Amino acid sequence: MAQPLVKKDDDRDDEADYSPFLGIEKGAVLQEARVFNDPQLDPRRCSQVITKLLYLLNQGETFTKVEATEVFFAVTKLFQSKDIGLRRMVYVMIKELSPSADEVIIVTSSLMKDMTSKTDMYRANAIRVLCRITDGTLLTQIERYLKQAIVDKNPVVASAALVSGIHLLQTNPEIVKRWSNEVQEAVQSRAALVQFHALALLHQIRQNDRLAVNKLVSSLTKGSVRSPLAQCLLIRYTSQVIRESANTQAGDRPFYDFLEGCLRHKAEMVIFEAARAITELNGVTTRELTPAITVLQLFLSSSKPVLRFAAVRTLNKVAMTHPMAVTNCNIDMESLISDQNRSIATLAITTLLKTGNESSVDRLMKQITNFMSDIADEFKIVVVEAIRSLCLKFPLKHRSLMNFLSNILREEGGFDYKKAIVDSIVILIRDIPEAKETGLLHLCEFIEDCEFTYLSTQILHFLGIEGPKTSDPSKYIRYIYNRVHLENATVRAAAVSTLAKFGAMVDTLKPRIFVLLRRCLFDNDDEVRDRATLYLNTLGGDGAVVQTGEDVKEFLFGSLDIPLVNLENSLKNYEPSEESFDIYSVPREVKTQPLAEKKAPGKKPTGLGAPPAGPPSTVDAYEKLLFSIPEFANFGKLFKSSAPVELTEAETEYAVNVVKHIFDGHVVFQYNCTNTIPEQLLENVTVIVDASEAEEFAEVASKPLKSLPYDSPGQTFVAFEKPEGTPAIGKFSNMLRFIVKEVDPSTGEAEDDGVEDEYQLEELEVVAADYILKVGVSNFRNAWENMGADCERIDEYGLGPRESLAEAVNAVIDLLGMQPCEGTEVVPNNSRSHTCLLSGVYIGNVKVLVRLQFGLDGPKDVAMKLAVRSEDESVSDAIHEIVASG
Amino acid sequence: MDLCPLIKNILLLDTEGKRVAVKYYSDDWPTNSAKEAFEKAVFTKTQKTSARNEAEITMFDNYVVVYKFVQDLHFFVTGGENENEIILASVLQGFFDAVGLILRGTVDKREVLENLDLIFLCLDEIVDGGIILETDADVIAGKVASHSMDDGAPFSEQTITQALATARERLTRSLLT
Repeated sequence: MAQPLVKKDDDRDDEADYSPFLGIEKGAVLQEARVFNDPQLDPRRCSQVITKLLYLLNQGETFTKVEATEVFFAVTKLFQSKDIGLRRMVYVMIKELSPSADEVIIVTSSLMKDMTSKTDMYRANAIRVLCRITDGTLLTQIERYLKQAIVDKNPVVASAALVSGIHLLQTNPEIVKRWSNEVQEAVQSRAALVQFHALALLHQIRQNDRLAVNKLVSSLTKGSVRSPLAQCLLIRYTSQVIRESANTQAGDRPFYDFLEGCLRHKAEMVIFEAARAITELNGVTTRELTPAITVLQLFLSSSKPVLRFAAVRTLNKVAMTHPMAVTNCNIDMESLISDQNRSIATLAITTLLKTGNESSVDRLMKQITNFMSDIADEFKIVVVEAIRSLCLKFPLKHRSLMNFLSNILREEGGFDYKKAIVDSIVILIRDIPEAKETGLLHLCEFIEDCEFTYLSTQILHFLGIEGPKTSDPSKYIRYIYNRVHLENATVRAAAVSTLAKFGAMVDTLKPRIFVLLRRCLFDNDDEVRDRATLYLNTLGGDGAVVQTGEDVKEFLFGSLDIPLVNLENSLKNYEPSEESFDIYSVPREVKTQPLAEKKAPGKKPTGLGAPPAGPPSTVDAYEKLLFSIPEFANFGKLFKSSAPVELTEAETEYAVNVVKHIFDGHVVFQYNCTNTIPEQLLENVTVIVDASEAEEFAEVASKPLKSLPYDSPGQTFVAFEKPEGTPAIGKFSNMLRFIVKEVDPSTGEAEDDGVEDEYQLEELEVVAADYILKVGVSNFRNAWENMGADCERIDEYGLGPRESLAEAVNAVIDLLGMQPCEGTEVVPNNSRSHTCLLSGVYIGNVKVLVRLQFGLDGPKDVAMKLAVRSEDESVSDAIHEIVASG
Repeated sequence: MDLCPLIKNILLLDTEGKRVAVKYYSDDWPTNSAKEAFEKAVFTKTQKTSARNEAEITMFDNYVVVYKFVQDLHFFVTGGENENEIILASVLQGFFDAVGLILRGTVDKREVLENLDLIFLCLDEIVDGGIILETDADVIAGKVASHSMDDGAPFSEQTITQALATARERLTRSLLT
């Protein structure tokens, strides 16, 4: 890498793209790597080749296994050279190649030699390389050197050993834990970074021992830590100790003085770490917060963007829980609205929106209006969401906030941004009745000039629900009908449906709506014409002012309470025949959503848009499987399949679990069996079921499994008849019976003769919850009121002493097997009472809603009030029966 | 590990967002294309800002990124969303200043590429498997320099003090002209 000495700058202009690596190519560089094998090594040339190899790897080039091995072996030759620079590159190269275990052996002795070298740099790097590539077996051999290295007087060597220890602790904890004494000594090192690394390792060694961590923190907080990074660590450990020792004693919080003292540290990173730790204390008081807020406020006017960002981000979080504590910073915050760094500006705005009082809203909105035009969409969305929560907080300000939203709605913006605004307006309309009419008109104006079909259709749908309930529904008709003229087919079809809804809901408008709908009969799109025809024929009255029947409304506009995926599957499976498609045969089971929003705590309220489609359920798979077995084909519709219940302990010879399939008049047990013995082949596998403790059940069929080879699961079934439509319960004991044949593991062939054998399985129960489907409702209160009190049953129960309220709530939910609604299954910490809402469908397709009110009665006793509403009072009684007997 | 400050990656990109030298310490980006996508996103998000005097900062996809530009080079350090921003900034500053010392004040893409071996060593000395090894630029540069003892390398006859002096001199000159 010779350096041009003269006219450097002129050259540069001519060849702006000049690079020493221009056009280099893997094959050629690998060829060049042969110089590593020369008997007379040229260190500079070798260094250059390694640099080229590293460059290729860094650019994303990959070596094949063969190439990597070849390079690795060539590189190991370079240990012969005494050149320090080259050796350093060799270390980096070996780490990049991450050699396999058998390759590591080749370099072990060279690295071990370097580990004991007199040159500090060799020792430090050899430790890092060896610990990176070793697989643990080697570790006991080098342990002695590593312990020495930890207390080496050269800080680089000590740090290398400590950091390697942190990595090794993940894979070989028992070895690293033996280094405690050395590590403890290193914590007292005068070298800043050694102290930091030693503290990190020491804490990790002791992290599962609360008492030891406590002691560590108590001794170090008395002040012997010099390194700022180590001090930051200590603050983190201290917060952890505080968190875990919470609510053991009243009065002054332990270690708070230490945290507060750190606010006066000379290093900014320590000050900030301490301030942040204080704001995150559980149940932090205003008095504790104040000093932290004060230093953060100073950071707000720092010349360094990183400090401003860190401070405003932390204050933003504080504002969610303690808005009053942050108001002192409002003036500094307002000046940050014009910060060059838009992340800082956005955080400042959203913090202000959280802390602002009612009187400052208007002034703030003025500032934000100027700000909005020069930030990116992603920031705008954050602001829109903050404004939405502000509006919910100060409903009286809805006029100016709604105006702001409608103004930004008219400006340029991408889909996500527009959707965020529309969602916000929709939520405000729902939650603030006074805002409804203006909000709806804003939405109407928006669809006049909206480029997003999705938003137009969603708004039209929403207008159809809310519009008819307003004081003057007729004023929306013009906006809606305009869509029929000016839009694409999808939007036109949505507009036709909305018109029809107005017609159905507002009888006085019906004649005029009919005129409009008739015009739609000449639309050039099939769907639009079909919808118009359908509505004209079903709404009735031939355009006269009459009331549309409830059942027609329900049919046309009622919600489809079937998961769309299930409906799609059922329709695909339906074969045209005499029997028409029965919508009630579509399974309703929706698998509960996985915790997809893990990263976004505080789930945002969803505005418009269809409910999220559930993942395809396994119910369809089960149904297909069962219908394919002739013995079970006439059992009718599958009502519910339970989750698999294990009938064997883990790691036994045969693993069996059972799935309970409930039909109207039958129950089928599906036993999923796995043979975990490679030397055995099982044949003719059946489960002998003893139903003597299940009086209402009678065995009608069983389907044995012909053969169950090693590690390939198979199923056997047993079917029972039970009284139709009733929730019969019972206990079943099970015995696995089979013929076992020895298998020769070398050939995999089974012997001809087998022996009959049995294997005891655990008992299985059919319980009431098996007859209830988990089916959620989106708006529990509406559903509850619509259901009416006709079949309501209320009673109170004492649940006796319980571990906690949450445990009691979960027990009742599990017992009933119903779907918790609106997140009410979560019991807030320390609450004395809780209301839980459940919904489900009982066998026979009867909807059931349950309201559970729990209260603590005395220290541990839980009392419960159970209110059940359903379409059938016997079902309401049955639910009480379940609880009473459970 | 979760309580220890961790560095996710250190990136050195050019004015088109292309890689000059990068080092990833986390499995968050398992493939090269994932890495490239991240680099592209970081580059586009920060490209229009001026991070020439003070280090700048941004946050996206649950990562905090601190960055600084000089000539035709963009320096980035990435950490998790809950990382102490100031610790990340100290790593960035350490890297940035160490590169300045190693290249004796002339920090641009061409100079970096011509001394890429030293830049790789520099990255190796700053962070090990995500854990911060050293943030003091003088120490980092000293460690890198002491390793290149052969004649042709830039630091052959210089001590670190000399290098610092050269760097200062160059800086003064560039300020005066």
